[in-house]
Amino acid sequence: MNETNLLALILFSPALVAAVMLFLPREEKTLLRWAALLGSLVPLGLSVVLWFQFDKAQAGFQFQVQYAWYEALNSTFHLGVDGLSLTMVLLTTLLTPISILASFSITDRVKPYMILFLLLETGMLGVFLALDLLLFFVFWEIGLVPMYFLINQWGSEKGEREITKGWIVPARTYASFKFMIYTMAGSLGLLLAIQMIGVASGTYDLPRLYQTWPVMEELKNIPLSLSLSTVKAVAFWAFVIAFALKVPVWPFHTWLPDAHTEAPTAGSMILAGVLLKLGAYGFLRLVLPLYPAEAHRYAGALAFLATMAIIFGAFAAYGQKDFKRLVAYSSVNHMGFVVLGIAAAAYAAGTQDAVIALNGAVLQMFNHGLSAAGMFFLVGVIYERAHTRNLEDFGGLFPLVPVYGGILIFTSMASLGLPGLNGFVSEFLVVRGSWPILPLPTALSMLGLLFTGAYILKGIKHVLHGPTNTHWSGHITEINSREILVMAPLMVLILWIGVWPGWILNVINAAMNSLF
Amino acid sequence: MDFPVLSVIVFTPIVAGLLILLFPAERKNEVRVTALAAAAFALILSVWVYFSYDLAAGGYQFVENYNWLPALGISYIVGVDGMNAPLVLLTGVVMLTGVLISWGIDDRPREFFAFLFILASGVFGVFVAQDLFMLFFFYEIAVFPMYLLISIWGWVKTREYAAMKLTLYLFIGSVISLVGALAMYFNSGLNTFNMLELARVGFSKDFQVFWFPFVFFGFAILGGIFPFHNWSPDGHVAAPTAVSMFHAGVLMKLGAFAALRVGIMLLPEGAQTWKWLIMGLATVNVVYGAFIAMVQTDFKYVIGFSSVSHMGLVMLGFSTLTRDGLLGAGIQMFSHGVMTALFFAVVGMVYDRAHTREINELGGFSKKMPWVAVAFIIGGLVSMGMPGLSGFVAEFPIFMGVWQVQPIVAIIAAISIVITASYIIKIIGKVFFGPLSDEFEHHIGDVTALDKVALVTLCVILITLGVYPMVMSPLVASGVQSILSLFGGA
Repeated sequence: MNETNLLALILFSPALVAAVMLFLPREEKTLLRWAALLGSLVPLGLSVVLWFQFDKAQAGFQFQVQYAWYEALNSTFHLGVDGLSLTMVLLTTLLTPISILASFSITDRVKPYMILFLLLETGMLGVFLALDLLLFFVFWEIGLVPMYFLINQWGSEKGEREITKGWIVPARTYASFKFMIYTMAGSLGLLLAIQMIGVASGTYDLPRLYQTWPVMEELKNIPLSLSLSTVKAVAFWAFVIAFALKVPVWPFHTWLPDAHTEAPTAGSMILAGVLLKLGAYGFLRLVLPLYPAEAHRYAGALAFLATMAIIFGAFAAYGQKDFKRLVAYSSVNHMGFVVLGIAAAAYAAGTQDAVIALNGAVLQMFNHGLSAAGMFFLVGVIYERAHTRNLEDFGGLFPLVPVYGGILIFTSMASLGLPGLNGFVSEFLVVRGSWPILPLPTALSMLGLLFTGAYILKGIKHVLHGPTNTHWSGHITEINSREILVMAPLMVLILWIGVWPGWILNVINAAMNSLF
Repeated sequence: MDFPVLSVIVFTPIVAGLLILLFPAERKNEVRVTALAAAAFALILSVWVYFSYDLAAGGYQFVENYNWLPALGISYIVGVDGMNAPLVLLTGVVMLTGVLISWGIDDRPREFFAFLFILASGVFGVFVAQDLFMLFFFYEIAVFPMYLLISIWGWVKTREYAAMKLTLYLFIGSVISLVGALAMYFNSGLNTFNMLELARVGFSKDFQVFWFPFVFFGFAILGGIFPFHNWSPDGHVAAPTAVSMFHAGVLMKLGAFAALRVGIMLLPEGAQTWKWLIMGLATVNVVYGAFIAMVQTDFKYVIGFSSVSHMGLVMLGFSTLTRDGLLGAGIQMFSHGVMTALFFAVVGMVYDRAHTREINELGGFSKKMPWVAVAFIIGGLVSMGMPGLSGFVAEFPIFMGVWQVQPIVAIIAAISIVITASYIIKIIGKVFFGPLSDEFEHHIGDVTALDKVALVTLCVILITLGVYPMVMSPLVASGVQSILSLFGGA
C-alpha cells in the first residue's frame, strides 16, 4: 500500500462507500445494512494499519499529504496525524461500525440512514485529520448536516414541545433545529475569526500558523481602533465559544440533552462518542497552540466553566427521570474533566503537570467515547423493548435480564470511574495534573465526582434493583447476540485500558509533550 | 480566422427561436426537441469555451472584432476572460435545464421557447460583448422578452402587475446607465464604444466621480441592489418556472456583471469614491433580504428574497475592490445562478402538483418526490454557505475581502448566515417532511425523468465546485487580476 495516501484513503473511504450505496436498491434492507457495516470496517482496518505504522517516538505530524485545494486563498488540502489525532481517528473509525451494527434494528428508510451515517464519518474524520484551518472548518460544519437529518428524521417519534402558547412541534424537530442553530451560531464567530487570521497571515496552513500567529505583532484594519491584544482576545473567545458549544461546557450545553434524548440510539452513540470530542479536539489542536498567551490569561475562567459543568452536570443527571437524559447529562459531567485538564495545561503550559493533565484529558476523550457510546446503546436496548425510558417505570429487571444487567453495571462502573476500568485512569490523570496548577477548581470537581457516583447508582437502582415490576415480565427479553456483539469491543477496550493504559498513553504522551 | 465560437453561442438561441416560430403551432413535440437540441448545442460550446480558455495567456480570448457602424465608432467585438467565461457557462446550463423542466408547458410552447431563446441570446450577448453599444443592444434584447414571458405565461394573479413593474424598473435602470455610457463616449473623444479602448482613456477624476453612480446603479437595479430590489421578488414569483430560473439565475447576474464591467472597470476612480455607499447598500441587501425571506409564507417569495440577499453578497464583493472580494463575487455569481435556478425549478415542480405555494399548506413531499427533496436540501445547504458546496467557496473569499476593508461589515453580514439557515431549515421541514395531507396523498406523482436530469445536473455542479474549487477559482482569479490592474495593480 502506498502509505503516503493512507490518510486520504481513510478520510474518503466512508464517502466512497456511501456513493456506491446510492446505487443499491432501497428495498434490499439487509444488503444495505451489510454494505454499510462492511464499508465502515475499511477505514477501521486502515486506521489500525495507521496505528501500527505510526512512529510513536517521533514528535510532530506524520503521514502528511498536501494537495492544491483552494489556491486563490492559499488554502491547501493538508492532512496529517500526531498522537492526538491518531487516537481520535481510531475512536471514530471504531465507533462508526459499532453504531452501524447497533442500527440494524432501524427499518425505516435504511438507505438514506446508512448513507448519512457514512458521510458523517467522513466529516468527523476530516476534522481530526485536517492541518489547514479552512479545511478544518469545512469538515467541522459538514458533520452537522447528516447529524441534523438523523435526529430530525429517525429521532424518537414520541414527544412534543410547546414553543410558544399554541405552537407545538414534535420534540425531534425542536431538538434537531436547536442543535443546528446553536452549532451554526457558535461557528459563526469561529468562521469570522478564521477569516481574520487568514487575512492577517496570508495562509491557512496550521503548522505555519503555529509559528506565526501567536507572535503576530501587527494587524491591519483593526475595527474601532481596538488594540491588538483585544482583537486577539475576542478571536480567542470566538474560538472558545464555538468549541465550548460542541463539548459542551456549561452554560452552552442546553442543546445536548434535547439532541441526545431525541436522536436515534446510534445517533446518540456517535454524538456522545465522537461529536463532543470535536469540540475538545478544537481546544487542543487550535486554541492552545494558536492562543497560548490568551489561554494562559483566561485559563481560570475556563476552569470555572469546567467545574460548573462537572458539578451541575452531575446534579442535573441525578435529577432526571428519563434514563437517556440522565446519560446525556453525564456527558456534560464527564467532558468537564476534559476541559479542566485543558484549562490546567493552558495555565501552566510546558510543565510536567500540564503534560499529565493533557494526557488525562485526551485519554478521557477516548474513554468517554467508549463508555458513553456503550451507555447510550444500553439505554436504546431497553427502550426498544419497553418503549419507555422513564426510570420510575422500571425496577427489578435484573432477574429478567441478567446478562443485560451485568453489561449495564460493567459499563456504568466504567463511567463512574471504578479503578481497574478506563474511566479511573483518565480522571485520575486529569486530577493529578490539575491539582498543583489549579487546586480549588480541582478540589471542587472531585466533589463533583461524588455525585457522579450518585447518579450512576441511581440509574442502576431504578432499572435493575428493587422489587420486580411484574408489568414487564414476559415483555422484556434478554439482550440478543447482535447487541452483545456491539458491546463486546467496547467492553474489551474499557477493561484493557483500565488494566494497562500504557499502549495508548504512549501515543498520546509523545504528542502532548511536543504540542506546546 | 478561427471558428467564431462566441458568435455561434450568442446567435444559436435566437436562430433556433426564430426557426421554431416557423413550425406549425400544433407540432409541439418537434418544437420541444428543436429547443432542446439548440440548448444542448449552446451548452456544449460554452463548456468548450470554459475549459479551453488559456489561463497562462490570460486576457480576452476567442475575440472577434468586426466593424458594424464605423462612422459612430460601433463595432461588434466579443471575447471572454476569467470573469465572464463562468457566466457564459452558467447561461448555457440554465438554458438547457430550463428547457428540460419546461417540457410540460402546453400553452403555446412554440412562442414560449421562441421568446425564451431570444432572451438567452441577449444574455449571452451581454456577457461576451466588449463594445458598449453592443452591450446595451443585447441588454435590451434580454429584457424585452421577459415582459411577454411573464405577462403571458406567468402566474395569473400578479402577472400583469409584475411584468409591468419589472420592465419599467429595468428600462429606467438601463436609461440611466445609457446616459452615463454616452457621457463616456463623448468625453473620451475617441469616437468609439470599444470598452477595451475606453478603459485606457483615463477619464478625469471629477468625471469619474460624477458619472460612476449613473452607470453603476443603473445596472445594479437589475442586480437587485437595495433599495431598488423591489421588482425582483414580484417578478420571480409571477414568472413561469423556466423564466424564474433565467430571471434569478442569469438576469440578475447580467445587472451585476454589467455594473462591474462598465461601472467599476471603466470608471475605477469613481468606484473608489463610491465604494462605501455600495458596501452599505449591499450590507442592507444581505441582512435585510435574509430577514424578509424569513417571514414570507409563500415558498416562491422566500426564494425571491433569498436572491436579494445573495446578490447583496455579490455587490459586497465588488465594493471591496480587493482581490479576494472580487474573486468571491465572481464565483458567487456563478454559484448563486446555479443554486437559484435549482430552487426555482423545485418550487415550480412543487407548485405544478400542489397548486399552492403556501408553506403552511404543504408538507411531506419527500415521500412523493424524493429527488426533488434531496435537490432542494442540497440547494438549501449551498445557500446557507455550508462548506463542501459552492456557496461556501464563493462567500468565504467575499468575507475575506470585506475583512480587509471594513471588518465591522463582515461581522454584520455574517448574521445573514444564521438567518438563512433558519428559514431554509424551516422550509425543508415544512414542505418536504412533516405529514402529507390526504389531498396530496392521492393526487401527486413524482417528477418526470427530464426533471430529474435537470435537477441532477444542477446539483452536480454545485457539489463539484464546492468540493474542488480549483475548477473555477484560477479562472476567476485571472479575470480579477485584470480588473485590479485598472486600479494600478492594487
